[in-house]
Amino acid sequence: MDMKRIRYAIGAVVILLVAGMIIFMPMPSMLKWQSEFLARSFMGLLFSAVLCLWRILKGPTPADRAVAIDMLGILIVGFCAILTISTDRDWYIDISIAWALQSFIGIMALAKYMEGKDFDE
Amino acid sequence: MNEQIGIALIITGLLFDFFGCLGLVRFPDVYTRLQASAKCVTLGTCGILLGLVFIKGFTATGIKALLCMSFIIVTAPVSAHALARSSYRAGVKPCDGMVVDKYSEDIKG
Repeated sequence: MDMKRIRYAIGAVVILLVAGMIIFMPMPSMLKWQSEFLARSFMGLLFSAVLCLWRILKGPTPADRAVAIDMLGILIVGFCAILTISTDRDWYIDISIAWALQSFIGIMALAKYMEGKDFDE
Repeated sequence: MNEQIGIALIITGLLFDFFGCLGLVRFPDVYTRLQASAKCVTLGTCGILLGLVFIKGFTATGIKALLCMSFIIVTAPVSAHALARSSYRAGVKPCDGMVVDKYSEDIKG
């Protein structure tokens, strides 16, 4: 019980630290960002992606990893949308459409594979 | 005005994505994790894309973002359902606090 509370406290402290860093720290200029806000939102999405990667690393069953991979594909669509606004290049949204389609097909194939069936059923 | 609405939508989307990923880390078994991750698609990434539509207006980019949004809304529940069904059939056990399990009766009967 005590150990559980210590783990809760560590997790809350880490999340608050990262959120404060994203909100208050001055951002480095990586590409030519149009605004400060979009750079900060990009960092927030990166933190969510790190949480997904942790679940991929630690997930006890293959189904957990498949769920996390699905989530990561959806996050990458959000990355492409934010890059479209901040860099003002319109072809990023084409990448996001193609990525959503490819991620859907890949997840369906993974589901069939986990069920143990052939692909033509 | 349009830019402020777009920025508010993007902040909402970022928060929903973050809470979905937090649920992915914190929940006890596959099915509850699937519930968290499928919820955060609808208001998370679709919120970001809708903010892009509000910022860019009805240009080619905005219409492509609307197309991507409708595609994601249609396909995300399908993939979540396929993952839940296949992980149940592969024999992944639900967590201890499970109350009801109708799908096992379906498979037997």
